[in-house]
Amino acid sequence: MAHLSVDNVDLSFETATVLTGATLTVDQGEVVAVLGPSGSGKSTLLRVIAGITAPDAGTVTLSGDDLTHVPTHQRGVGMVFQENQLFPHLTVGENVAFGLKMVGIPAVERRATASDWLARVGLAGFDSRQVSALSGGEAKRVALARTLAVEPRIVLLDEPLTGLDRELHDRLARDVSDLLADLAITAILVTHDPDEAATIAVRSLHMDDINE
Amino acid sequence: MSALPRRVIAALSIPPSVGLAVFYVWPLLTLSFRAIDGDAVQTTLGRRATWEVAWFTLWQAVVSTLMTLVVGLAPAYIVARFNFRGRQLLLGLITALFVLPTVVMGAAFLALLPDGMNQSIAAVIAAHVVFNLAVVVRTVGPLWEQLPSDMEGAAATLGASPWRVFTMITLPLIRPALVAASSIVFIFTFTSFGVVRVIGAAGTRTLEVEVWRQAIQLGDIRTAVVLSILQMVMLAAVVVWSSRAQRRYSQPLGLEPSARRMPRRGSERRQVALIGITSFAVCGAPLFALAARSFSTPSGWSIAAWTQLGRTEVRPGIRLGIDPLDAVRNSVENALWATLFAVVIGALASLAIAAARNTGRFLDVGMMLPVGTSAVTVGFGMLITFDQAPYDWRAEWWLVPIGHALVAVPFVVRATVGVLRSVDPQLHAAAATLGASPTRAWQTVVVPFLWRPLTVGATLAAAISLGEFGATSFLSRSDSETVPIAIEQLLGRTGSLLQAQGYAMATVLAVVTIALVAAVDRSHQLRTLARSTINGPN
Repeated sequence: MAHLSVDNVDLSFETATVLTGATLTVDQGEVVAVLGPSGSGKSTLLRVIAGITAPDAGTVTLSGDDLTHVPTHQRGVGMVFQENQLFPHLTVGENVAFGLKMVGIPAVERRATASDWLARVGLAGFDSRQVSALSGGEAKRVALARTLAVEPRIVLLDEPLTGLDRELHDRLARDVSDLLADLAITAILVTHDPDEAATIAVRSLHMDDINE
Repeated sequence: MSALPRRVIAALSIPPSVGLAVFYVWPLLTLSFRAIDGDAVQTTLGRRATWEVAWFTLWQAVVSTLMTLVVGLAPAYIVARFNFRGRQLLLGLITALFVLPTVVMGAAFLALLPDGMNQSIAAVIAAHVVFNLAVVVRTVGPLWEQLPSDMEGAAATLGASPWRVFTMITLPLIRPALVAASSIVFIFTFTSFGVVRVIGAAGTRTLEVEVWRQAIQLGDIRTAVVLSILQMVMLAAVVVWSSRAQRRYSQPLGLEPSARRMPRRGSERRQVALIGITSFAVCGAPLFALAARSFSTPSGWSIAAWTQLGRTEVRPGIRLGIDPLDAVRNSVENALWATLFAVVIGALASLAIAAARNTGRFLDVGMMLPVGTSAVTVGFGMLITFDQAPYDWRAEWWLVPIGHALVAVPFVVRATVGVLRSVDPQLHAAAATLGASPTRAWQTVVVPFLWRPLTVGATLAAAISLGEFGATSFLSRSDSETVPIAIEQLLGRTGSLLQAQGYAMATVLAVVTIALVAAVDRSHQLRTLARSTINGPN
């Protein structure tokens, strides 16, 4: 049975129609890449799944639950943003622990968990650093750790590796791929780079296939 | 621009420097020396009443500031984040309130709230809140607009409810702007004078009002001087605190170009509509009430207050010491002279500041000083300085316009210096290579750029002069009231016709001020500056 299904989602903004009857299913544990040029609605699709943008029509279902009218913070959908969106007023450790704090895990425990996750993405000991002092690759790893730390039901990756230089890009792509495989987590990767899609995902779709 | 002969620069800077020294520095020094002199300090500071006034000044400013922040965040949010019909109108309305003379704002709340409730501390605080909404909306809004909304989305995907997103992410990130806005609002409300005097609630005396009461009503100059210094010291402490706080809370933010959008979901639309309509109601009601009360008499609606503005007879044979039409004449004359003084002095200062490099900064800072001093302090200082021959200028017709000009000059300078500094030095060099002497080249290249900023400066100066109340309260003679003085006196009398006339004059002043400021309301910087003189510390 499909873990995530997006059915017939329509969405238009003041100036443009972005999604028309968008339909997509992802199985449990599957990593799917969504390809398409910029402006084709890839990011918007992820926002609809996360509940950040409400669709005009259609439904989003996750393990049988209709999420269409569930607010973002109750969906259990994790998302890594293109610009990371790390919180600049919090340390690296506090960023990673943020989601754990939201579910009421005590401070000591969440600090330990955050440290573990930082080690897991290759940033052991970065806990008390300032977000503004991170390099591009480091910030991306922190964003990934922050999203994975809350063990979401599905992870959405919005062009996570865009803008990094080639060598860093390739290394991170392999690391992300390994991490997702280790966790056996369901994920959707949005990208415009077919090589990146091939490295990280097991199945690739084009926006043209998703929109009606 | 530069390359102007040094003696020309010196000649340009003499009139503004002398004006500043005589009409600003000297009065302030007189004020300070009078305070040090004698045991007035001990007596005044030993009085319980002094500390009661100081305490009231402080707590009403704190409460007004906190409430302005709380009330202002909602319109700041919708204006920053959404495009909606009426957005520009709402911004315009909030800005219009902000530039109203203090006396008009006081009158508006006197008119709005029902009798019995309108002369209260609550009315003073409500007036302060509506007055200063623009500070919050215009200081916090631009930062909020540029915060990436995805950052809030990121927090939500991590399980943060909308309230926690606001308190844990948004609020800390807009805090630098909140601190800046609150220190501005605090300074305005701490030095509140016109609003407090017009509303005239029992037990609501700020330090500014008490300085005026002691000096003008009770004739106790020594006490007034000490209170004036006490006020300046408390204000300075706040300014130091706020600049430290602003530095502490500043942090690097990844700001993005604005991504305002139409509200989408039903709940979002309802939220924007609710906040928008409430904001329009809160901001529009005082202005509406002001106009409405000018037509209201105990026996129904009437235009009597307007048609009888020119008559001074209250009853046959009984005259009142206030002549509304005379006040209008006085105000217009004052405004013309104040504008002339401010423009001439401001233009000379701007030219000197822009032409001279390092020495120019000295003059630049000096010309800005009057903005940092409350108008009450300026007026009071002039009153006690120019009271002895050969400097007994209290009866001179030009003293009030000079006081107004002093408050207005910084705005003329700010409007002008920026433009002059941006004049391309290449133009100057080009003119020189074509054989023009330095002075000639400067005339051809620089002077044409003066007219626009000077027009802006002149308009602001006129608006400032027409609404000025703080300095005027000390300087105007009893037979030549200005419009704000007449409004305060009319509203303080009993008799519904007199009150309605007060509201009618306040309505006229509101319309004229808004029209003048709207005419030059192009540059954001000017808008921010405009407030601090028109209403600001007076």
